[in-house]
Amino acid sequence: MKVLLVDDERELVSAMAERLTIRGIEADWVSTGSEALELADRETYDVAVLDVKMPVMSGLELMKEMERKNPDLKFIFLTGHGSEKDFQTYMAEEGTSFYLVKPIRIEELIAKIHAALGMKE
Amino acid sequence: MSLFPKIKPAFWDIGYREAGPYRHSLRFRRMWYLVVILTASVSIGPLIAMAFFDYNVTRTAAESEIILRTARLVSNTRRTVTFFLVEGQFALDFVVRDNTYEQLSDRYRLAAILGSLKKTFGGFTDLGVIDSKGLQLSYVGPYVLEGVFYDDQAWFHEVVKRGKYISEVFLGYRHVPHMIVAVKQPLPDGSFFILRATVDTERFNYLLSHLEVDGFGDAYIINRHGILQTPSRSHGNILEKMSLEVPPYSPKTQVYETRSPDGLPLLVGYAYIEETNSILMIVKQKDALMKPWYDTRKFIIVFLVVGITIILIVILGVTTFLVNKTFQADEKRVMALHQVEYEAKLASIGRLAAGVAHEINNPLAIINEKAGLIKDLFNYTQNYQADEKLIGLLDSILSSVERCSRITRRLLGFARHFDLSVQRIDLAEIIDDVLGFLKKEAEYRGIQVHIHIDADVPNIESDRGKLQQILLNLINNSFAAMDDGGTLEVKAQTSPGYRATIRISDNGCGIPEANLNRIFEPFFSTKKESGGTGLGLSITYGLVQELGGEITVQSEAGKGTAFTIILPVRLAVKERPIQ
Repeated sequence: MKVLLVDDERELVSAMAERLTIRGIEADWVSTGSEALELADRETYDVAVLDVKMPVMSGLELMKEMERKNPDLKFIFLTGHGSEKDFQTYMAEEGTSFYLVKPIRIEELIAKIHAALGMKE
Repeated sequence: MSLFPKIKPAFWDIGYREAGPYRHSLRFRRMWYLVVILTASVSIGPLIAMAFFDYNVTRTAAESEIILRTARLVSNTRRTVTFFLVEGQFALDFVVRDNTYEQLSDRYRLAAILGSLKKTFGGFTDLGVIDSKGLQLSYVGPYVLEGVFYDDQAWFHEVVKRGKYISEVFLGYRHVPHMIVAVKQPLPDGSFFILRATVDTERFNYLLSHLEVDGFGDAYIINRHGILQTPSRSHGNILEKMSLEVPPYSPKTQVYETRSPDGLPLLVGYAYIEETNSILMIVKQKDALMKPWYDTRKFIIVFLVVGITIILIVILGVTTFLVNKTFQADEKRVMALHQVEYEAKLASIGRLAAGVAHEINNPLAIINEKAGLIKDLFNYTQNYQADEKLIGLLDSILSSVERCSRITRRLLGFARHFDLSVQRIDLAEIIDDVLGFLKKEAEYRGIQVHIHIDADVPNIESDRGKLQQILLNLINNSFAAMDDGGTLEVKAQTSPGYRATIRISDNGCGIPEANLNRIFEPFFSTKKESGGTGLGLSITYGLVQELGGEITVQSEAGKGTAFTIILPVRLAVKERPIQ
């Protein structure tokens, strides 16, 4: 299982990745959409954890790009408050099981990752 | 207990504020006064003027009518009386011209003439011939009067002087009221004789007493000294002085008003009878004559009073109704203004809160992750696993972050509600959310909060922000009504008709019964001194209506208050069809 974490808050995303790694989940992190796409070309991930609101490329835009490269990739979103307009539309379509409101509990994130993969399988 | 407080319209006690954001645009009480005074004066004024005019015209007409009727009666009666007296005189005149002195001195001849006069004219009692010295030479009649001298009698000298004479009524030798008629006839030797007749006053009395005089009237004859010549019903006996003043001489019939000795208003008609000393009097009681007019007057007054009363009732009723409607419309306008401002204020507070929460959220997330990582490192590397103090410190940091994050989520949620509309709401969650805002206050004041939510309460479709505001207003009110250590109870259950009921009850000061049906009125407040606007419950009521629900209140002063909100499980939002 390999997870890619993308958030413009480097301090946050690095700590999060390290905590996943400690728990035995292989996790890489980047802080922009372009870095994420670059990395996704080289590596194959099972799950991408994306911040919804990021400069230059938003989480949803990034999702579309990454989905094109790897249709099997699963996504989990991190949001500050969940009221971003595009994201609301997405939530309305997909339900509420694919996002977490920051600050998160690492166990919740792991549970979501498992759930995302389990659903897929 | 006065009636006014019960019927007093709502606008009556509203003071006019010269300035301020929520002032009414009109002075309702002054408007009410103006409309009432103006309408009343243009409707009642002409009515009173017309009634007054009509009153005077009718009274003048009635008075003229009775004066005219009296004058006509006096004239006609005078003609009859004059005719009666003069006709006797003419008869005697005929007799002295037709008979010689010698013939008349013959008693048999005289008796035959008296017989003829009684048969033809009537009213003659006796007949006598008197010589120039006043000696009655011959006499026929019921008494023995032959040889009586009349030279000491006033009438004898009158007839000698004037040639003919009609006397007043007098008692004479017989002490019976009578009058005499006499004519003088000259003789060839230069002397004269007089033919005298006694006229029966009974016939005269009969004539006057059978006159149809209205108004309890009285018809009689007096002489010029006011001595009654014929009987009167109410102004004295025959040959006594009349109780009224003798009216001044006038050649024509006159009518005047006076008062009887006992104060009754009288209408007096009189006429001086020519050739005699007599005055014909017809006296009527004015009140009796004016009775039809008094009836008319009573009718006019009753009509006026009833009319004015009805007009006033209608004016007062209609004016109060219309001014009250205007007042209510203005009240709604002011309330709408207030509500808009209130919501705008809440929305800006919400946005501010959301901004702050969002800004704090990221650093909070970093603290969370860093502290989490430290704890992970401790746990997984086992360097400090046994150091309970360090682990405890980290747990404390993490639980504080968790608390902060709950606060920021609530603030974010609060702000979000101004943007979102209908959504599915878990009642337990929203109640918990709202109580979260007041948790600290409840703790400080020792207020116990009990929440009972039935397991079968469905999630309802509603506007989260509005519902939150409703609950917040009601719970805030409960907190304000309770002393420290009070108990608040929030219950939710299903209701028949696919509805959910939320009941918020407290054991606070309660609402007096008199205020109970006014608490949802805008601007009704018992806390104005302490800054209450009187809009909280009114806005709450409006919001519940917007959500298609109902709100009711039960309260007992001193015991507590319970608000019950019944909301539909599905919110039917009515949409206008596109034309």
